[in-house]
Amino acid sequence: MKRWLPLVLFVVLVGFFAKGLFLNPREVPSPFIGRAAPAFTLPLVGDANASFSPADLKGQVWLLNIWAPWCVSCRQEHGFLMQLTQSGRIPIVGLNWKDKAREAEALLARTGSPYVAVPEDLDGRVGIDYGVTGTPETFIIDQAGIVRLKHIGPIGPDVWQTKFEPKLKELGA
Amino acid sequence: MIPELGHFALIVALLLALIQAILPLYGAQRGNLTLMAVARPAAQGQLLFALIAFICLAWSFLANDFSVLNVARNSFSQLPELYRFTATWGSHEGSLLMWVLILAFWSAAVSVFSRHLPEDMAARVLGVMGLISVGFLAFLLTTSNPFERLLPAAMDGNDLNPLLQDWGMIIHPPMLYMGYVGFAVAFAFAIAALLSGKMDVAWARWSRPWTTVAWAFLTLGIVLGSWWAYRELGWGGWWFWDPTENASFMPWIAGTALMHSLAVTEKRGAFKAWTVLLALVAFSLSLLGTFLVRSGVLSSVHAFATDPARGAFILGFLAVVIGGSLVLYAWRAPKMVTGSGFTWFSRESLLLANNVILIAALGSVLLGTLYPLFMDAMGLGKISVGPPYFNAVFVPLMAPALFLMGVGPLARWKEASLPDMVTRLKWALVVALATGLLLPLTQDGFNAWASLGFFLAAWITLAVAAAFIDRLKHGQGGLLQKLAALPRGFWGMQLAHFGMAVGIAGIAVVANYSSERDVRMEVGSYAELAGYTFTFRGTTMYEGPNYRAARGTVEVSRNGKAVATLHPEKRTYNAAGMGMTEASVHPNFFRDIYVAMGELLDDQGDTWTVRLFYKPFINWLWLGTLFMVVGGFMAAFDKRYRIALRRSEVPKNLAAQGA
Repeated sequence: MKRWLPLVLFVVLVGFFAKGLFLNPREVPSPFIGRAAPAFTLPLVGDANASFSPADLKGQVWLLNIWAPWCVSCRQEHGFLMQLTQSGRIPIVGLNWKDKAREAEALLARTGSPYVAVPEDLDGRVGIDYGVTGTPETFIIDQAGIVRLKHIGPIGPDVWQTKFEPKLKELGA
Repeated sequence: MIPELGHFALIVALLLALIQAILPLYGAQRGNLTLMAVARPAAQGQLLFALIAFICLAWSFLANDFSVLNVARNSFSQLPELYRFTATWGSHEGSLLMWVLILAFWSAAVSVFSRHLPEDMAARVLGVMGLISVGFLAFLLTTSNPFERLLPAAMDGNDLNPLLQDWGMIIHPPMLYMGYVGFAVAFAFAIAALLSGKMDVAWARWSRPWTTVAWAFLTLGIVLGSWWAYRELGWGGWWFWDPTENASFMPWIAGTALMHSLAVTEKRGAFKAWTVLLALVAFSLSLLGTFLVRSGVLSSVHAFATDPARGAFILGFLAVVIGGSLVLYAWRAPKMVTGSGFTWFSRESLLLANNVILIAALGSVLLGTLYPLFMDAMGLGKISVGPPYFNAVFVPLMAPALFLMGVGPLARWKEASLPDMVTRLKWALVVALATGLLLPLTQDGFNAWASLGFFLAAWITLAVAAAFIDRLKHGQGGLLQKLAALPRGFWGMQLAHFGMAVGIAGIAVVANYSSERDVRMEVGSYAELAGYTFTFRGTTMYEGPNYRAARGTVEVSRNGKAVATLHPEKRTYNAAGMGMTEASVHPNFFRDIYVAMGELLDDQGDTWTVRLFYKPFINWLWLGTLFMVVGGFMAAFDKRYRIALRRSEVPKNLAAQGA
């Protein structure tokens, strides 16, 4: 019977791996969920005199999308964000993160902007407040300014349907 | 056009791999020599086409063809040419292509150096390697095509991850893969033996040099990775027990056990089933490592873009290859009759103990690496297992194995005499114990871990010396003649063991007597560490090819005498805006002085946080592992493998004449 032991152990391991494939090790529960979104006031891209602050959108459910012109995955989700905005589903604020080369304005002019506002986080300090580990990351912020969901990585139709829509329904948006 | 050519070459390679897998295996089962003869040309053809594919990808990188997705994601027009070339294997797709290329290289090497094998054995070995190639080529072509086009083409690329823009990273992956994939040869030999049902000692002799070479490459690969992490990550650490490091370390432990167990099987015909199982395990762990790194099941600093489709493919492949081989093993195991017996104290029993300990250590690393996954899969929460677990479990487990390392090579096969061994090694034991107890006292007081390390290092070194003295008692001629007459296998083993001793000494010192400081430095200010004075002379800005950097100047002196001027850098890479710390190191035989820039604290660029490290004996670690690598190669190229080769050619020729 001894000779079957390696196989049995291996089968158990494969079971765990198969389960593991459907878990996301990066899905670390964000300490921000259920807390007030960190406040900030930042100038807007293209208009340094105007500024944006999360308080401006109080009373609405909105998305805070953290992106950068140099980020490829952000370009990947750009098309879907455009669709969202065109459908009028939800306002999206695009925090332009560490855009040292100041490329965002030209890029958005070329590709179209899905955002209601594009605050400029040049040195990445606001990103740190939000615990950003990389772009893109997207937060749902509710009527009271509380962070309800954090998503790491690009958003596509699948992610939107399985992750964002249920949460938005729950929030009555 | 060129990328399409590469894609096409990959498809041809896949077809050749299919032929290499199916025809010879079928032929070997049927005793059909014509079908078996297909194996060699198919393997060599596969290498040719894998090489064409690789050259096409390298060309796309060198030519800045940003219409290739892989190039657009991992290269940049300003990237220096050398790094554009090495970016070829800097991505998930590229590194898999390199895996395929190296597997084809090993297959072709087997096809050339297997002339002395019986035809059916060679056909089966190459057939099994062909099967593995089929799996990887199919994986590459279906889920990770390195030649995928991006339309419209990107204006410029995203740049190669700055961490990979270092020459340690240029050679680390190829060496690591040479090792990983090299175990495929031992695996193929084991499967071939299981298939043929002839588990005699011959297969152990054939697979032994291959295993040793693979082990030496893997050792080199791991050390290069560690050395890279030490210089490039700016933390002064050299091993983090990161899942990916463990993924390469586990095959290494299994491979080490396999090398030693193969010795017993070859010389004494014992442990046959165990050796076959180890050969399967060593390669299975290489595959497992690939799965862990590529699938994103565990998060790690190495995680490439993760994709469940890829994970599912590798898991399926893993289940087929490992599961299939373990079923074959269980089916054939009763046929493996063990050779002659041995007593409780003999070289066999000591090597068995070495194997048991190594496998226990392997289990502890495997458990620690996969524990977060187990917990998560059972819904028991997210946890991570860090260095404290590994240091607390792995180090005490390995200590007895290292002690046995001194005794094993001196023990006789079959039956050794304990009193005789005591006579030969008592002085070594006394001296080693004294070294372990007294040496730490010359530093700041007694330290149990350092003591253990010094004791083991001294013990192994003295045992190596005792082995040489033992050998030199016999034979004729002068000392040099006698030394030269010792077989390369003996030299290789002793050198590798001595390398281990040097490495242990290095680890014992660097882990216990390192010091570091995080200091705030203004221009002209100084800080002291381990008797050295570090004076900060400010920074200057300069433009690199694809980055901008603040280059600091730190003068190091000791007792008023200048020791070195170091230039640590803080770089910002143009493409991704990613910051990078480039540490500056002043090495010598006894210590490294290591300086890394931290953060800028004011607007003028005059005040910085600076990290200072004093790393005694760290270079002994690299030196020791280098001895192990050289020892491995020496042992693999021992004359007796070539003599065995010549001898076996004779009957084959006679047989040909007779037929």
